Amino acid sequence: MWLAELPPFIPFYAAALLLPLLPVKARWLVLFVPVISGLNLYLNNESFHAIQVTFMEFELELMRIDRLSLMFGYLFHIAAFLALLFCLHVKDLLQQVSGLVYAGSALGACFAGDLITLFLFWEMLALTSVWLIWARRTPQASSAGLRYLIYQVLSGVLLLAGTALHYQQTQSLAFDYVGLDGLASWLLFLAFGIKCAFPFLHTWLTDAYPEATPTGTVFLSAFTTKMAVFALARCFPGTELLVYIGAAMTCFPIFYAVIENDLRRVLAYSLINQLGFMVCGIGIGTALALNGAVAHAFNDVIFKGLLFMTMGAVLHRVGHVNGSDLGGLYKTMPKTTWFCIVGAASISAFPLFSGFVSKSMVMAAMIEAGHEYLWLMLLFASAGVFHHAGIKIPFFAFFAHDSGLRPKEAPVNMLAAMFIASVLCIVIGSYPAILYSLLPWEHDYQPYDITHTLTQLQLLFFSALAFVWLNKQGLYPPELRSVNLDVDWLYRKAMPALSARIAVKLSRLNAQSAELFSSWYAKLPDNRSSSSYSITQLTKRMTAVLVLLLFLGFLARVL
Amino acid sequence: MKKVTPPDTEDRVYFFDKPENVRLILRVFYFLCVVLFILDFFVHRHIYVYFESVPTFYALYGFVACVVLVLIAKLMRKVLMRNEDYFAETSHSPSPNPDNKESEH
Repeated sequence: MWLAELPPFIPFYAAALLLPLLPVKARWLVLFVPVISGLNLYLNNESFHAIQVTFMEFELELMRIDRLSLMFGYLFHIAAFLALLFCLHVKDLLQQVSGLVYAGSALGACFAGDLITLFLFWEMLALTSVWLIWARRTPQASSAGLRYLIYQVLSGVLLLAGTALHYQQTQSLAFDYVGLDGLASWLLFLAFGIKCAFPFLHTWLTDAYPEATPTGTVFLSAFTTKMAVFALARCFPGTELLVYIGAAMTCFPIFYAVIENDLRRVLAYSLINQLGFMVCGIGIGTALALNGAVAHAFNDVIFKGLLFMTMGAVLHRVGHVNGSDLGGLYKTMPKTTWFCIVGAASISAFPLFSGFVSKSMVMAAMIEAGHEYLWLMLLFASAGVFHHAGIKIPFFAFFAHDSGLRPKEAPVNMLAAMFIASVLCIVIGSYPAILYSLLPWEHDYQPYDITHTLTQLQLLFFSALAFVWLNKQGLYPPELRSVNLDVDWLYRKAMPALSARIAVKLSRLNAQSAELFSSWYAKLPDNRSSSSYSITQLTKRMTAVLVLLLFLGFLARVL
Repeated sequence: MKKVTPPDTEDRVYFFDKPENVRLILRVFYFLCVVLFILDFFVHRHIYVYFESVPTFYALYGFVACVVLVLIAKLMRKVLMRNEDYFAETSHSPSPNPDNKESEH
C-alpha cells in the first residue's frame, strides 16, 4: 500500500494541518499519529524504499533506511508520543501544531539521504521549535526565543555553506562520512556543533529551554540536540577532537548545575553533560563506542524527557521552578515525586535503570581506546550528574524544607506520559537486550557483571554520602535567587554595553562636528546684502567652474 | 496559579514530617554505604585501569569528586553570581509574574 510507504514526516505535517480543524474534544486523536506511524515504521521497515525527488538539478533522497536512521526514527516517534500526551490538556493550538511539525521535521532530518534534504529539515527544526518558546508569552521568553533562533539559523547557514563547498569539492551531496578535513567539513562540523551545544556554543540551550512553556521544553529536549548527535555519528565518527570536546561537555556544566536555582536550567545543563557522553562515544568511533553513543541518546531522550516532564508539572501547578522557593511537594504530588525519582535514578545510571546500560558502554569504550585520564573525567561527571540531577532535582523540589506550597497533583495526561516514560526507563534498564537488539553495529556487550554493578553502586552511594555530609556540615551551597554568568554574558551584557558606549561616543562626535561646521559657516562673509556684487561674483565663479569642467573633460578625452 | 488544597489536609502529618523516619532512612543509607565499602575487600573486581587497583577506589573517588565539585562551585558563585534580574535591568520591562498557566483559548 502506497500510504504505508510515505516518509514518516508526512503524517506529522498533515496532522499539523488538520489539527486546527478538529473540535477541541477530538484533539486527543492526534496521539494516533505517532503510534500508527511508529508501528508502521517498525513493522514495515523492509518495504520502505528510497524515495527520490528531483529538485532543480539535484536528486534528493528523502528516505534513507539503515539501522542508524531506523533507531532514531523509533526514538523520535516515542518522544513525539510522550510529548504530545504530556501536552494534551493544553488548549493552546500553537504549541500542539508546532510540536507536531517539529517532531515531523526531526523525522525528516534523520531519514535524509543527502545534505540538501538535511538542510531543509534542519531549518524546519529551528523555525518550528522557536514557537514552543514564544508560546510562553513573556518578555523573557520572547527575547530568549529570538536569541535561540539566531543561533539555530546560524547553524543552518553554516550547514548550507558547508554543503555547497562540499559539493563543489567532491561532486557529492551524500549525507555520509565526511571526516574533519578542509573548510567544507569544518563548516559542517560547526553547524552540527552549534546544535549539539559544544562548549562556548551552548548558551542557546541553557538560555532558551528554561524559558519555554512547561510542555514545550519536553519537545525541545528530545529532538534538536539528538538530531545533532545523529548527524555527528553519520559524518564524523572516530574524529579524535570529539573525544576532548565531549569530555569537556561532561564536566563544565555540572559546576553550573550545582549553583543554578531554576531547576529546569539545572536540567538544561545536565542535558549538555549527557550530550558529552554521546559526543565522546562518537569521537572514539569503535563499534562499542558508537553503539554506546546511540543507545545513550535513546535513553537520554526518555529519562531527560521524564525529568523535564516532572519539572513541567511542578511549573504548571506552582508557577515557577526555583529551587529556593520549592520543597515539600511530595506531600501533595506523590506520583510526580515517584516519577521524578525514577528519572533521577535513570540519569544517574543506577543499576536496573536505563542510564546504566548505555553510559557504561561509552565508559568501557573509553578505557578500550586508552583514554585513561579522560575516563577519569567521565567518572567525575558521572558522580557529578548524580549529585545535581539525581539528588538536587528531586530533593529541592519535592523534599528539603517545607515551602508550605500544597499544589494539586499533575493532570491525568501528564501523569500518564510520566508513567509511560518511567516504565520505559525501568524496562530498558532491566532488560537491555530490547535496546541492544536495535543498535546499528555488531557488539556483544554485557552491562551487568559483578564488577560493574558494585563499582557503580559504590560511586553513587558515596556521592550521595558526600551530599549528606556537606548538608550536615552546612557546606552545601543554599539555593539562592540568582542568575549565574555564562558565555551568553558576552552578547547579552558586554556587547550591548560596548555598543551603547560606542553609540554615545559617535553621537558626541556628531554633535562636535555639527558645532564645528556651524562655527565655520558663521565665519563666511554674508553676501546677501549687496545684490549687484553678488551677481558679478556669481557669474565669475560659474565661469571658473565651467572652465574647470571643460579642462577636466578635455583631460579625460586625451587620457 | 497556586492551586492550594483545602485547609483540612493541612493538619496531616506526612512521612518526612516525623524526624524518626528521616533518621531511619539515613541509617539504612549509612548501613548500605558501609556494606558496599566492605564488599570491595571481598569481591574480586576486574581491574581495567591501574587507578582502579586502589582499594575502594570508586567509593573514595565518588566522595572526593562530589566534595570538590561543590567546593569549586561555591567559589564560582563568588565570581559568577548576579541578581535575579541582572539581564532584565537593561532590556525591556521585566514582568515580575510570568503567567505560566497554559492559555485556555
